[in-house]
Amino acid sequence: MASVKALQENIVNSQIWKSVFRVGIPNTNRKRVLAVLGSLILHLHPVKVRRSGVRMSYTWCMGGTTFFFFLIETVTGLLLMFYYRPTIEYAFTDIMDLREQAPFGIMREMHRWGAHAMVIAVWLHMFRVFMTGSYKPPREFNWNVGVILLVLTLLLSFTGYLLPWDQLAIWAITVGSSMARATPGAGNEGPMSGLIKLGDIRLIHAGDDARFGLIGGRSIGAATLLRFYVLHCVAIPLVAGFLMAIHFWRVRKDGGISGPL
Amino acid sequence: MTFLKDYINVLSAASISFLLLSSTFGCIVYFNLLEGRLRSKGGSIFIGLGVAYVIAGLFIRPLLYLAVAYFLVMFGLAHLGGRLWDKKVGKWLLFVGIVGFFVSFLDPNFYLIAAKPDNVPIGAMIFLLGIFTWIALRKAYLNDKQIQAGGIPWEKTETNEKLFVWPDLVYTEMLCMILLTVVMSVWSVALRAPLEEAANPTSSPNPAKAPWYFLGLQEMLVYFDPRLAGVVLPGLIIVGLMAIPYIDTNPKGNGYYSFRERKWEIGIFLYGFLVLWSFLIITGTFLRGPNWNFFGPYEYWDPNKLVPLVNVDLSELVWVNWLGMPLPKLWPIREMFGILLVIGYLSLPPLLAARPFRRFYLKMGPARYYVGSFLFLVMMALPIKMVLRWLFNLKYIVHIGELFFNV
Repeated sequence: MASVKALQENIVNSQIWKSVFRVGIPNTNRKRVLAVLGSLILHLHPVKVRRSGVRMSYTWCMGGTTFFFFLIETVTGLLLMFYYRPTIEYAFTDIMDLREQAPFGIMREMHRWGAHAMVIAVWLHMFRVFMTGSYKPPREFNWNVGVILLVLTLLLSFTGYLLPWDQLAIWAITVGSSMARATPGAGNEGPMSGLIKLGDIRLIHAGDDARFGLIGGRSIGAATLLRFYVLHCVAIPLVAGFLMAIHFWRVRKDGGISGPL
Repeated sequence: MTFLKDYINVLSAASISFLLLSSTFGCIVYFNLLEGRLRSKGGSIFIGLGVAYVIAGLFIRPLLYLAVAYFLVMFGLAHLGGRLWDKKVGKWLLFVGIVGFFVSFLDPNFYLIAAKPDNVPIGAMIFLLGIFTWIALRKAYLNDKQIQAGGIPWEKTETNEKLFVWPDLVYTEMLCMILLTVVMSVWSVALRAPLEEAANPTSSPNPAKAPWYFLGLQEMLVYFDPRLAGVVLPGLIIVGLMAIPYIDTNPKGNGYYSFRERKWEIGIFLYGFLVLWSFLIITGTFLRGPNWNFFGPYEYWDPNKLVPLVNVDLSELVWVNWLGMPLPKLWPIREMFGILLVIGYLSLPPLLAARPFRRFYLKMGPARYYVGSFLFLVMMALPIKMVLRWLFNLKYIVHIGELFFNV
């Protein structure tokens, strides 16, 4: 044991280690405070938290779990992007290649199951926050940010659903997007859309309504695939990341992990 | 065994399982959270409901099945009372649930649907929802008891006790991450992500289903016009969720689990989240087969199953069946009854504000009261229409084809 301890001391006191971790082993309260304050990632946290905020039985760890799934999705998604081309010629065959050729390839599996798990984790997080009344003042705004993040999570999963370009994908998106046709005022089958006219010409029709805008065509096709790919890989993650930063920031500013006042 | 399977098949018919779930929800709130007794005014309402199911069952056969299941559940829950939240009872319920689920896997029809790779997480979700609901309500129940005895909720005893993030929180997070990584790795190795044939826009599968988290919305399409089910209602769900903190002005129950202090909020939210949203997703995933027909969990998904289309609109029901007259030509006259009904439904809040709900009206103020009650009525329109559809084959209450407007 003594030699292990000596080795540890040696490593921690080396110039390399000290250049990265300023504090050393956080074995005193002062060092524990400094460890959290001095680290970009750890300083998402306050230095001290309420005891109930640490308990798994109180928080269920679901917010953190959701964020962790987001990170899993980012990493596995990035790896998948190396193999995948969002065109109708290649999309399906690229996924096939990934499935058949990549040795030990579980990145697609992890990405898909992670996506499902993330949706469930978000719901459970919302459930917990509701049951502990943590949306009440001063946290009203953060609850709203959370609701938007929930919707974005669903949209992320929805846009990703199309990318394998198999039967499951296009028909799920066909069914899922067909409702946009009925948007009041903006879908060609929606109420009031018939009233938007220029003389006798209807301005809202299948070639320019809300569904057309969503999928980039009259039916699911090459344009939809590219559109959903860009939304899935760039646009929505950026917005979600931005809102997550706000979400976490506000948790801190509104008094940390909720607890009785 | 076959009898049990047939019984469950009938019970899970959307109408029955929904009524059973709603009644069970009511029972849990009354008997297990509020400690109501069977021999009381409230308890007799629940017995009366069971009797109503029996009487209805004389006319609509499957409702007899419902009545039997309902009495079992009601007496069981009333008997358990607060003991439902004992850890021992909870473990037993979970054990029975898991064993029942896996024994069901022996049935080939059940296996076919429940073991589909994309459905596995939803099966897990059923259990997760059950477990977490139980945990939350157990904590609420225990805190309620403390508060009633003049004490403080358990979380409050720890308010002033603060821990260092390093090591307490950081280690918990670290363990969570490791555990999740292990779970995800095992899951990914054990179960391959589904991949069907290459996309073919000319051959649509039957049933064509949206991604699973939208199946609740797809199921809503059965009961509502696409304009409502596909656009307006999902929008209102989001608006309603966002409005919660502004409508709910009850300062109690902030930062700890409780039920008695927030009966209405928690009751409405749990009903919407568990009995409507989650139930519809589970129904849409496991029980809706070809042509979006309904199939019990142990039934074969027969693409040729014939379901008689006997749904009628309210206007037809009133004019043709009851009054024995042809449908009037002008839609305002034809749809008169439906329109009156809808107006009556939506004018409930101002009417109720005058007398029975005066308390709420004064406490919340007009803006909160009207927005809140409107959102609540819209939410409750879904179960109302579901029951009307199943039991009376009612299609639309207002059906104005001329204006593309249906309710």
